[in-house]
Amino acid sequence: MSTSTDHGRPDPDAGTLALTHDGRPVADRGDTVCVIGAGASGLTAVKNLKEHGFGVDCYERETGVGGAWNWRHDRSPVYGSTHLISSRPFTQFPDFPMPDDWPDYPHHSQLLAYFERYADHFDLRSHIWFGTEVVRVEPVAGDRWDVTTRSTGGYGPERTSRYAAVVVANGHNWSPKLPRYEGLEEFRGEIMHASSYKDPAQLRGKRVLVVGAGNTGCDIAVEAAQQASRCWHSTRRGYWYAPKYVLGRPADQVNDALLALRVPLRVRQWLYHWTLRLTVGDLTRFGLPKPDHRVYETHPIANSQLVYYVGHGEITPVPDVTRFHPYGVELSDGRQIDPELVVFATGYLPRFEFLDPKIIGDDEGAGRPRLWLNAFTPGHPTLAVAGLVQPDSGIFTLSHWQTVLFARLLRLRRTRPDRAAAFAGKVEAHAGERYSGQVKDSSRHWFEVGHADYLRAVQRALHDLEGNR
Amino acid sequence: MRGREWARPVRPVRREVLSATPELEEGRPPLLFVPGFGHGAWAFAEHWLGHAASRGFGAYALSLRGHGGSGPAPDATLRAYAHDVVQVAASLPRQAVLVGHGAGALVVAHALARYPARAAVLVAPVLGGWGTLGAALRGNPLGTLPALVGGPLRLTRRQLFSRELPEEQARAYVSRLGRAGRRAQWQLLTGRAPEPPVGDPPVLVLGSPDDRVVPAATLTRAARRFGSAPLLFPGMGHDLMLDARWSEPVDAILDWLQKEPTPSA
Repeated sequence: MSTSTDHGRPDPDAGTLALTHDGRPVADRGDTVCVIGAGASGLTAVKNLKEHGFGVDCYERETGVGGAWNWRHDRSPVYGSTHLISSRPFTQFPDFPMPDDWPDYPHHSQLLAYFERYADHFDLRSHIWFGTEVVRVEPVAGDRWDVTTRSTGGYGPERTSRYAAVVVANGHNWSPKLPRYEGLEEFRGEIMHASSYKDPAQLRGKRVLVVGAGNTGCDIAVEAAQQASRCWHSTRRGYWYAPKYVLGRPADQVNDALLALRVPLRVRQWLYHWTLRLTVGDLTRFGLPKPDHRVYETHPIANSQLVYYVGHGEITPVPDVTRFHPYGVELSDGRQIDPELVVFATGYLPRFEFLDPKIIGDDEGAGRPRLWLNAFTPGHPTLAVAGLVQPDSGIFTLSHWQTVLFARLLRLRRTRPDRAAAFAGKVEAHAGERYSGQVKDSSRHWFEVGHADYLRAVQRALHDLEGNR
Repeated sequence: MRGREWARPVRPVRREVLSATPELEEGRPPLLFVPGFGHGAWAFAEHWLGHAASRGFGAYALSLRGHGGSGPAPDATLRAYAHDVVQVAASLPRQAVLVGHGAGALVVAHALARYPARAAVLVAPVLGGWGTLGAALRGNPLGTLPALVGGPLRLTRRQLFSRELPEEQARAYVSRLGRAGRRAQWQLLTGRAPEPPVGDPPVLVLGSPDDRVVPAATLTRAARRFGSAPLLFPGMGHDLMLDARWSEPVDAILDWLQKEPTPSA
């Protein structure tokens, strides 16, 4: 835990040279970099910036590390049975492996223990201000940033510090996205978003409708199948439900074995369809709609149990919801069902409430910033967003390399400004680039990336930056 | 991108880790000693672990798979060895200093590309390549030839120790030697050079000019690769941690660690 004598603390008495536009003093933190959030991406940002010789201040609104993966946090979306979707080798930080005797798909509490060990191992906690939230981030002259913070919950005075650079790592799985339905206000049953689902006891003995077939929606549907008296699962379209194990190995490891051989997408899709036919079989027989897309075109769903419970009749697949009545729900095929509890596993929206949306190129304020490598903003060379990716694999490897790239960039700004300028030009030219094959358009898929394509792009950027190859 | 490695994770085995921790935690980085082929953690437990702990450093030594008290692994590769080192390093409470001896130095060099160590020390490093074979053949033709066809590599006590070490002691140590995996032995000769280390750790190379496994020229070359000159301890054999004057090299390592400014701390 931090103490007031830690070197990472901005000293309010030192360097109060400038004033904000509304006349409050600004503590100048020199070359220090500010990291917003101490979740997975934030931690790796702190570690990599530190490793490259930068001073780092990290602000975390909660009182512990781990962000979304810390179930004690009120914004954490994890539920009791959350397990990883990508297997261990894809999920760990590339330079800090998880213990090799852990299961292939660890539990979320193991993941939290892993982050805590990461923070202790690299001595990151002395850089983190816990219980401090960021209110505003504003650009000032010289590509520097004024960061205004206060204690979480709005107590105490606001404080502004000036930083050389900012890494935004505030996560994208905390602001629930709730679709609008006609008559939702009149519905007399219980409604919850998946973010407030924590424990299967919440479902026990009820008639439950689960909306959405993301990984969370499928997990909840499976738990409802075990606990609830009735479970409907409503999906917009048919999906490919991939098993977690193929050929006795974690499915993503099999997939990456193919990727490493550079098997083209079409062939992989064909192989995938063929494997699914052998393992899962034809799902339309159970009343599930036929997928309207090929695999790899939506975010992958890895759930071996969903199909199993559909086969047991514990889950009734139903189509999209059209409107709510006080005591029932009308479906798009005209059927009426009468759930007591509706769980919306309809996802989250990324939100940067402390940042002017124009800065990150999100002109409509729709939560879709325009970035290069999903991390760099045109026109603001000292701002990076870490972890704003929706990979078909583990995310932490990706945010690790994003922050390594950003740290190298910041270092080059001092030693080789010409290279840094060339990089800024590239950000300008390529902003908005995508790193996946063709995907279905929806508010989650705009930042979907193929992890192999994405990492290759980051690697190219690193090589260009360093000037070799 | 390590897609191929992600797709085939290394199989876990039981790992023997011996440790000696100082009575008072002084915030110094822990040391992780990696023995060379044939040796186990015992080689460091003999003298160096206790000595490092008495000077206030947490000291740990592991046995690579198939060695010492670790689980058997006849098909071990260099990658599996490096995996063992990174796994143990990541399980330590703080960022560790990796110390590799002999071929263990090559394992450490590979591990450095996968784990940002605080610093690294290569003791009498055998960094592989065909030159290693030449030196081994010159020093001990009868012990080396079987290794070429997949047999064990035999090291003699004259190669490993100076004459100052009593005869029975040396014989006892040699009888405790095991053997490395067949594939790992081959990879020592033909394997790819290690990738550059991550996190720019400072690297110290030390050895003995009278070492009959690693010639002095190799030491200089290894040190130059990491931008320094080797520290030399004349009159000692290859196994600096077991030889009669074992305390000189370990003191030199600890002095260097205390002097070395830790990055960005």
